[in-house]
Amino acid sequence: MVAAEVKREQVFEWLANVPDPEIPVLSILDLGIVRDVDVSAGVTVTLTPTYSGCPATEVIESTVLMALRQHGVVDVAIKRVLSPPWTTDWITADGREKLRRYGIAPPSKEKPVACPQCESLDTECVSEFGSTACKAAWRCRECLEPFEYFKCL
Amino acid sequence: MSANQALIAYTLRLADNALILAQRMVELVAAEPELEEELANANFALDFIGQARMFYTYAGELEGQGRSEDDFAFMRDEREFGNLLLLEQPNGHFGDALVRQFLFEAFYLHLLEALMRCSDQRLCEIAARAIKEVKYHFRHSSHWLVRLGDGTELSHNRAQTSLDDAWRYTGEMFTADEIDTAMQENFDGPDLASIHELWRRDIATVVVEATLQLPDDQWMASGGKQGRHSEHLGFLLAEMQYLQRSFPGATW
Repeated sequence: MVAAEVKREQVFEWLANVPDPEIPVLSILDLGIVRDVDVSAGVTVTLTPTYSGCPATEVIESTVLMALRQHGVVDVAIKRVLSPPWTTDWITADGREKLRRYGIAPPSKEKPVACPQCESLDTECVSEFGSTACKAAWRCRECLEPFEYFKCL
Repeated sequence: MSANQALIAYTLRLADNALILAQRMVELVAAEPELEEELANANFALDFIGQARMFYTYAGELEGQGRSEDDFAFMRDEREFGNLLLLEQPNGHFGDALVRQFLFEAFYLHLLEALMRCSDQRLCEIAARAIKEVKYHFRHSSHWLVRLGDGTELSHNRAQTSLDDAWRYTGEMFTADEIDTAMQENFDGPDLASIHELWRRDIATVVVEATLQLPDDQWMASGGKQGRHSEHLGFLLAEMQYLQRSFPGATW
């Protein structure tokens, strides 16, 4: 396939199937880290890292390359931009809903955090630090289930 | 020294600070007193490693001689590292390591804030990314200092001793040398004197809440930024660089 035949919308459709390696229920589009797709000369995908030391950054970049190559696009470049820095505000509404259904409370500026299982607001933070830098460990006092909360950044 | 050379040296100091502190924190992985701290420490160390990588990569691009982030981290000797002496000090006990984080992060926060306003766009961008993480780190170390200082008599006394012991390493943060000055003149870089005031104000607030005393100013150790280190850095590097020195270019 030559680059001129690739449509921007098509690339976005493919990227919608590239999962975040740490929260595979989210695509990288849901996460809001795809900043731009340029198809004017080959395909250039512009990504922004979530955290400076996020170990998923390299994995995501190579998954994007693989995904596009599988669709016959060979001329692919990944551009990494830092500015403006990623914020949890960029997680899409769809992404938030997927997180909640997966059992992770989505980032919310209004406290208290709602339990993703029973939606109770009677919840408490158990540990500010969870399995990854972006999550905290919480507990629901209503249904007593522990859950993870995606921290606001 | 040209403006570009000063910018490279300055960027490498930022990278070295982040990397050497991260290496000390990595030594504490699987040795923290409780699970929450275990996760916090490992996550924070990862943030610093990420920041070091961004600074090293940029320094390599500025230098234009093809040096990678790994070349800077693993193939330079002690005298070529420009990190602060405070950051290479051994971990000691929990309070010592905590006070080191606290004193550095209060400084680093204001340094990054100033760098976000400098005229070098790439440093602005890295600083804007990093400051979000460091704000969180400082909140964490401040909370802990209050818990230790305003805790038991034992924890209070130990925290005070940690603070007194670390104090002598804080002076060089605010002593501008020719690279700091060049950075300020050519790139609108941080003004260390005004950062010193903000730092004192911020740490004093927490130290008072922790019922501790700010140490009196005393003789201050210096030289880290210029590559004259305490005996501890060599041992740290020996461990950190061993693999790449013995098997150059090793990958996995």
